Amino acid sequence: MKASRRWLEAFLRQPLDPADVAARLGMLGAPVDAIEQVGADLGAFVVAQVTDVRPHPNADKLRVTTVDDGSGTLWTVVCGAPNVVAGGKYPFARLGTTMPDGLLIERRKLRGEASEGMLCSARELGLGQDHDGLLALTTDAAPGTPMADVLGAPDHRFEVDVTPNRPDLLGHKGIARELALSLRVPFRLPAIPGEVGLDVPPPHRAGDEATVGGVRLAITDRGCARFLAAVIRGVTVGPSPAWLVERLQGAGLRSINNVVDVTNYVMLELNQPMHAYDAGTLRGPAVLARTARDGESLVTLDGVTRTIPAGALVIADAERAIGIAGVMGGHDTEVSATTTDVFLECAWFDPSRVRAARRAVGLSTDASHRFERGTDRWGASDAFQRAVRLLLTVAGGTVDGQTVDCVPVAANPPRIFLRPARVAQVLGLDLAWTEIERCLVGIGATVVSKPDDGRIAVDVPGWRPDLLSEIDLVEEIARVHGYDEIPTEVRPFRPGARQDDPAWNAAAHVRTGMVGLGLAEVMTLPMVASGGPAAPHLLNPLSAEHGLLRDAIVPALARQVEANWAAHTGDVRLFEVGTVFERAGGGTRPIERMAVGFVVTGGRRPAHWSDGGARAAFDRWDARGIFDRMVALAHPGASVQVEGDRWVAKDPAGLPVGWCGAVAADVPAWADQLFGGEVTVVVSTRSAPQYIPLPTYPASVRDLALLVGIEQPVAAISDLLLQRGRRHALEAVTVVDEYRGAGLPEGRRSVAVRLTFRAPDRTLTDADVDQAIGRLRTSLERELDVTLRSS
Amino acid sequence: MSYEHPSLAPLAARLAAVPTLPADALDAEEIAVMGRKQGELTLLLKSLATLSIEEKRAMGGALNQLKQAFDAAFAARRAELAATAAAVEARQVDLTMPARQSWTGTRHPVTLVVDEIVEIFRGLGFTVALGPEVETDALNFTMLNFPPDHPAMDMHDTLYLGGEGGGGQVGERLLLRTHTSPVQIRVMQDGPPPYRVVIPGMVYRNDAFDPSHAPAFSQIEGLAVDEGITFVDLKATLTHFARRFLGPDTRVRFRPSFFPFTEPSAEMDVGCRLCDGAGCPACKGTGWMEILGCGMVHEQVLRNVGLDPERWTGFAFGMGPQRIAMQRYGLPDIRLLYGGDMRFLTQVGGGTP
Ligand SMILES: [Zn+2]
Repeated sequence: MKASRRWLEAFLRQPLDPADVAARLGMLGAPVDAIEQVGADLGAFVVAQVTDVRPHPNADKLRVTTVDDGSGTLWTVVCGAPNVVAGGKYPFARLGTTMPDGLLIERRKLRGEASEGMLCSARELGLGQDHDGLLALTTDAAPGTPMADVLGAPDHRFEVDVTPNRPDLLGHKGIARELALSLRVPFRLPAIPGEVGLDVPPPHRAGDEATVGGVRLAITDRGCARFLAAVIRGVTVGPSPAWLVERLQGAGLRSINNVVDVTNYVMLELNQPMHAYDAGTLRGPAVLARTARDGESLVTLDGVTRTIPAGALVIADAERAIGIAGVMGGHDTEVSATTTDVFLECAWFDPSRVRAARRAVGLSTDASHRFERGTDRWGASDAFQRAVRLLLTVAGGTVDGQTVDCVPVAANPPRIFLRPARVAQVLGLDLAWTEIERCLVGIGATVVSKPDDGRIAVDVPGWRPDLLSEIDLVEEIARVHGYDEIPTEVRPFRPGARQDDPAWNAAAHVRTGMVGLGLAEVMTLPMVASGGPAAPHLLNPLSAEHGLLRDAIVPALARQVEANWAAHTGDVRLFEVGTVFERAGGGTRPIERMAVGFVVTGGRRPAHWSDGGARAAFDRWDARGIFDRMVALAHPGASVQVEGDRWVAKDPAGLPVGWCGAVAADVPAWADQLFGGEVTVVVSTRSAPQYIPLPTYPASVRDLALLVGIEQPVAAISDLLLQRGRRHALEAVTVVDEYRGAGLPEGRRSVAVRLTFRAPDRTLTDADVDQAIGRLRTSLERELDVTLRSS
Repeated sequence: MSYEHPSLAPLAARLAAVPTLPADALDAEEIAVMGRKQGELTLLLKSLATLSIEEKRAMGGALNQLKQAFDAAFAARRAELAATAAAVEARQVDLTMPARQSWTGTRHPVTLVVDEIVEIFRGLGFTVALGPEVETDALNFTMLNFPPDHPAMDMHDTLYLGGEGGGGQVGERLLLRTHTSPVQIRVMQDGPPPYRVVIPGMVYRNDAFDPSHAPAFSQIEGLAVDEGITFVDLKATLTHFARRFLGPDTRVRFRPSFFPFTEPSAEMDVGCRLCDGAGCPACKGTGWMEILGCGMVHEQVLRNVGLDPERWTGFAFGMGPQRIAMQRYGLPDIRLLYGGDMRFLTQVGGGTP
């Protein structure tokens, strides 16, 4: 909602400081997002009087004037405006003035005549769109008086952030009410300059049918619960007076013509949208509020032909729809420059019907925005009567017959019972009864009875459709009393008995471990462009780029590596812990699973001068090391196996839960290979590791060079050695070297293993170890055809 | 210790000289005194066997003490010389050369913020609750008192699941949760009050990526329900949080606001730390920064989960760790937080560049 400072000042009858207004509204729940100055600073302009007007010798449309700007010098000014008259006062830009559009006023010749300054229109001052002539000033101010003294300081436009529960703040009156409450001053509706029509009688009450000014009015759809109407004949459609233009402009609306401006003015003032039809275009003549017929369409005000959604509430004449109720009127019945008779509509429409219709047609308007939040069903009559008087004042004409107020079903504003004890229970403080009453009266509620049975009856105002129950009043009391006035004191509480969700701790455990491996955590978008067949689709994604939910972590990490490469960063180590999704089918919700993924490429460690420029890059063995650790962190109990050219982790039941290997990516020529892996995070109870007594006797270590088949897995050799060596106190087998090449028998490679022997109860002798080695050699030869390289 | 026997005087003198022996004389002196065959002390010890019992008693103890003293003196001198040699060697190295570094892992800035928030609330008796990211209309909206087809829904531009798995068949429309609040419902349906939980997690909105919006972001929410909880507790708890999180001098204010699932509702602002409240572009000249939304749990939400609002009251709050991270690290664009630029991650995470 855009609100004008001057308009609010007219309500409050006192000058307002923009920053103070913003602060007060913010503390009442309607923060001001921006404050904009409206119109130029008028400091450079002065009032000038034209003392003489004569024709321009060389141009029919120009006049040569003599201007008195109070300086003592009379200036010759060439002027093209048709409305310049001798004796008239106008805003004047002296020589040297810079106009709002940046133009510098200099002495120059116009068609041969010298001009020493400029007489200005409203638009040239940045005060409006009116450029048809000079801004004629009706002021007693002497020539030379600064324009700011005549027109006042520039207006300010507040961008008020109005929450959806507060439709009343979509009108200046509602905002003024809040400011009055905060400033503790009264407020009242601004007077209409030169107001006429005070003698028009109040509208005639009717049910769902009436005749107004010869037009039949009928309500057949109860989505319209009130319809006030008037027919005003003999209006002159034309420009609005300056004060009206200024009000609208202050609130961010452009002046269109006096009739439309009146409806907009009342909407911005009282949050009551209205519509004016050209009564001459109404067929029947009739106006109906009815349910849309199948396939009905309408050319709306914006010139677009729209299909009216089935079941929508429409305004129609005897033959056709002339408006989508509460959203937009029709083009054919619009008020135009030639309109002389106006049918004025002021109605209450069901918010949900308006919302459904505007969503279906995809058209949000100032009117629909207000109707769908709820207009004041009971205040509509006041708004209507103000609009009628305004129309008569600015556009002339007379009311044809009686105005009508159709109310198909009568209703009263809700009455709410409030218990002061409940206020205390929720807010935690005991408020005096007088303070509760002040808060409620301040928002416009009527307190019907005093608390004798512990309850107060409160009639809420019609402009607050959000106030439906006691708790709504509790909030209002807190709001008006001031949140600042509620104490901030720590009171005893009962701690939560619920345990942490174990998934949270599992994720934290994995994260800590991965950070310890030197990886940087990322948080990529869970919506992706492509994925596996089980990746769930989104119904309404913003773009195909984000059309799927991810079913894996690593692909997104690979994209991030590519982005690093694009920025010439070659050393990249990333991991992410997050949710991945998998379609479950059968209309059930997708399976959500926590997973951790990593990618590494580039230097294994930061480059150092001692390496002499040599660079050791991450290889598959580094990746496997990270993977082993990741599996231990995320999926305890899973084992890592070789499958094809990569490793997979399998849970004890043999189901795959992760993988590790080379990762496909657009690798630039200068970059290193990309490796990665991913594993499902399981929630497991992690018991503390138990102490095993540390060895007390020394170990004996022997290295053996083994001749192993080219395709023979070393893991099988280690397994056999450990199994057979158990009774010889073999503690560990470590692969220390691999050699392939010259000097070896055909089809063999040399693998060096280090065997560590240790007995728990004594120091092993050389003889013990020699004996063990002998046995193990025999086993290797017999069972795996593996011999010692030296033998 | 004294070696007063006259025959020991020369050895005692040599013992005193050991600490000043140069490196190249140390080995020779040790052999001369302690050598296995011709060492002077060795010979004296060997000669003990030829002495009478009285003489043995007089000399034996002294000789053994002398041997131990020599052992200790040679070892000490050797260690001292080695240390000196090392120091000389070290002086020849250019110690201004760059060190050998290793890669340092980093947590994501949003993780850092979330973890810190969780820890503060743990100290206030809260525990962590989680919930699924795919939810139903019922849990995301209806149970949380969003009136059907109400403008309040406009604040939650929702992403729905499509095709199979969209829930069409069973008439349960599935969506990506727009806030972590459905977990409030899950917690309250899970057992009787009191409740005191914080709920971190990812939420989704159908918003285009721009410098200040993302289609998915983290949220951390809190819920406390018990007998006797009031707005005073809400203010006190969240004020305490703000001062733990942002510093003990942090100014805090509460402003009325609107959320369908709380009433009364509020926004909590903290004093802008960039301008110290004077007003600057970051705080739009107000001197305040919005940090979280909060309120008393709406009675209808309590009724929806079968709790009697006349007996149970509570408060809830929620905040956006990405926004907090942006403020904390001075980030101009939220999209930085969704990328994997190593330079950025190590800069804000404090890792090896
Ligand atoms: Zn600031």
